[in-house]
Amino acid sequence: MALPEKLVREFDELVKKYPEKRAGLIPALHRCQEELGGWISPQTLEDLASYFGLEPVEVYGVASFYPMFRLKPAGKHVVSVCHNISCELRGATQLMEHVCKVTGAKPYGTSADGKFTVWPVECQGACANAPMFDLDGVYHEDLTPEKAEKILGGLR
Amino acid sequence: MNKFETWLLDRTKVANSHTLAVYKQLGGYHALAKVLTGAKPMTPAEVINEMKLSEIRGRGGAGFPTGMKWTFMPDPVKDPRPRYLAINADESEPGTCKDRVLMEKDPHGLVEGALIACYAMRAQAAYIYVRGEYRLSYQRVQAAIDEARAAGLVGKNILGTDFSCEVHMHKGAGAYICGEETGLMESLEGKRGHPRPKPPFPAAFGLWGQPTTVNNVETIFNVPFIVLRGGAWHASIGTKGSKGNFLCGISGHVEKPGVYELPFGVTAREIVEQVAGGVWKGRKCKAWFPGGSSCAMVKGEDLDVVLDHDSLKTKGSSLGTAAMIIFDDQTSIARVMEIIARFYDHESCGQCSQCREGTQWLSQIFHRIATGHGQEDDVATIESLAKGMAPGKTICALSDAAAIPTLSAVRLFKDELLECVRQKRDPIPYPRVEYAGAH
Ligand SMILES: Cc1cc2nc3c(=O)[nH]c(=O)nc-3n(C[C@H](O)[C@H](O)[C@H](O)COP(=O)(O)O)c2cc1C
Ligand code: SF4
Ligand code: FES
Repeated sequence: MALPEKLVREFDELVKKYPEKRAGLIPALHRCQEELGGWISPQTLEDLASYFGLEPVEVYGVASFYPMFRLKPAGKHVVSVCHNISCELRGATQLMEHVCKVTGAKPYGTSADGKFTVWPVECQGACANAPMFDLDGVYHEDLTPEKAEKILGGLR
Repeated sequence: MNKFETWLLDRTKVANSHTLAVYKQLGGYHALAKVLTGAKPMTPAEVINEMKLSEIRGRGGAGFPTGMKWTFMPDPVKDPRPRYLAINADESEPGTCKDRVLMEKDPHGLVEGALIACYAMRAQAAYIYVRGEYRLSYQRVQAAIDEARAAGLVGKNILGTDFSCEVHMHKGAGAYICGEETGLMESLEGKRGHPRPKPPFPAAFGLWGQPTTVNNVETIFNVPFIVLRGGAWHASIGTKGSKGNFLCGISGHVEKPGVYELPFGVTAREIVEQVAGGVWKGRKCKAWFPGGSSCAMVKGEDLDVVLDHDSLKTKGSSLGTAAMIIFDDQTSIARVMEIIARFYDHESCGQCSQCREGTQWLSQIFHRIATGHGQEDDVATIESLAKGMAPGKTICALSDAAAIPTLSAVRLFKDELLECVRQKRDPIPYPRVEYAGAH
C-alpha cells in the first residue's frame, strides 16, 4: 500500500519549506496519524520511509522518540490528562480518577468498548488554567470533576 | 506596586487581535516599515545596535543578552552561507504558559519580530518550532503568515524593497528536550531531538549546518517595540541587569493564576499578593519556584525578593522562564519532587549516562520516599546523585535542570524528607492514583 494521493500532494508542498526533504518527516507523521486511523501503523512507517528515502527503522526511531506519536491503535477518543506539577497542585489526581471512572479506561489504557484512551501527559503549557486535559486535540482547562463529566459524558 | 507602562499584552485584550486588520489598526508593522522604508531606513547593524542598547535578555530560560547573541552570526561577506533564525515555541518547562498567549492572541507581533530579526541577522528564513500540542497557536501564527504574505509583508521583496524573507511554521511532537536549542535543531531536521555537543555553537553550525540563531517567542516579540521606541527606552525600565517587562505565568496555589505582564523590579510577594490574589484559601506560602521546575525552590518566607536575574541569585535560585509555581503550607515536598523527578526521567534523551541513569534513580527514590518505602540513606543518596549530574557534566543542561530543584529540596526541606523515611509514610496527606509510567 502507498500513501493516499492527497497526502502525497500535501507532502510535496510541505517539503518545499526546507532545504532538506527529511525536515518534513515529523509534520508528515502528524498528518498520517490524523488521517490514517489515529496511530502510526507499521504500514505507515514503511510508506513514509519510502516517501522520504529512509529505512523504515529510521522512521520508527524518530516516531518512537516523540510522545505524541502512537505506535499502537488508540480508542476513538483520546483524553490526555496532564499530571505535571501545576495541574497536580489543583487537583489533577482527582481529575484523573474521575476521567477513568467516566470513560471506563485506566491510565495508559483503552476502555473495553474501544471508545476512550486515557493518557497521562507531562506539562501541556496550560499551567495557569490547571487542571486540564486535551480531548482529541482540543484543550479543556480549569477543569473540575463535574466539568470533565459533562464534556466526556456527552461522548459516551 | 507603582503604575507601569505595558506593551506585551496590550493588543491581546482587543477583540480579534489575531487578525491583520486589527493588528494594523493598532500600529502593527510600523516597526518593519521604519526599518525598511522609513525616512531613515535602518541598516542591519543599526537594528542589532538597538537590541544591544535595550539590554534585553532572552526569555527562554537562560537569560542570554539578545543583542550580543545576534552579533555571533558570522559576517555575511566573509561567510555567505544561507543562515536561519529558529524561534523556540516549544514551551514545555513545567509552569510555563506565556508564549502561547502571544501566539494565540497576537501572532502578527511574532511574525513582525521574526522579519526584523531576520533582517538584522541577514537570515533568509525563520522557522517557528511550535510544540505539537499547541494546535491553536500553530493555526493562528500560520494564518498570520498567510495574511502577511498576501499583503506583501512576507516573501519576496518585502514592502517593495530588496529584502526577502520567509517565515515557516514547524510542528514538534511533544518532547521537552526539543526546547533545548540544539535538540530543537535536530528535531527540525526530522531526527530524534538529541542535543548536540557544543561547540560548535549554532551561530557557526546550526540548522543544516548553517549559521543559526535560536530565540524564544517572547524575546522576538519584543523586537518591534525596541525598534520603534529605541533601545534606550527599553533599558530605562527594570533593574540593573534585567531590563524591560516580562511575562510572568503564575500557577499552583494562588487565587488568580494567570499570565501577567510586569516590569523587572517587582517582588515575588507583590506578584503573589497584589497580582495573583494571594495564596489560595487564606493559607501561607511554603515554597515556590521563581521560573519553572528547573530552578531552585525558594522558601515561602523569602517572597520579598525581587523577581529578576541578579536578585534571585541571593536566594540560591534563578529567573528561568519567570513561571512562578506556588506551594501552600499543606503541600508535601516529597510529592512535589516525585512529580518533578518523574518528569526529567521521562524527558531525558538518554545520550549521557549521568543524566539517563541519574534522572531514573531520582525518580525511583523520590517515588519510594513519597509512598512510604524510603530507605534510611535515601536522602543522602539523592543529594550525591544530583551532585554527580551537574553542573555542566553533560551534553545539555537537562541534567542540571533535574539536579538543581533536587538539591534545593534537600537543602530547604531535608527534615521533611527524612521524616517521610522515618515514619514510612508521608505525614502530609494527599490523594494518589497508582499507575506505572509509560515511557
Ligand atoms: C532542557 C531544556 C529545555 C528548554 N526548553 C525551552 C523552551 O521550551 N523554550 C525556550 O524558548 N527555550 C528553552 N530552552 C532554552 C533554549 O536552549 C535557548 O536558550 C533559548 O531558546 C534561547 O532563546 P532566548 O535567548 O531568546 O532566551 C530550554 C533549554 C533546556 C536545557
Ligand atoms: S543531558 Fe540528558 S537530555 Fe541532555 S543530551 Fe545528555 S542525556 Fe540528553
Ligand atoms: S502542569 Fe499541567 S499544563 Fe502545565
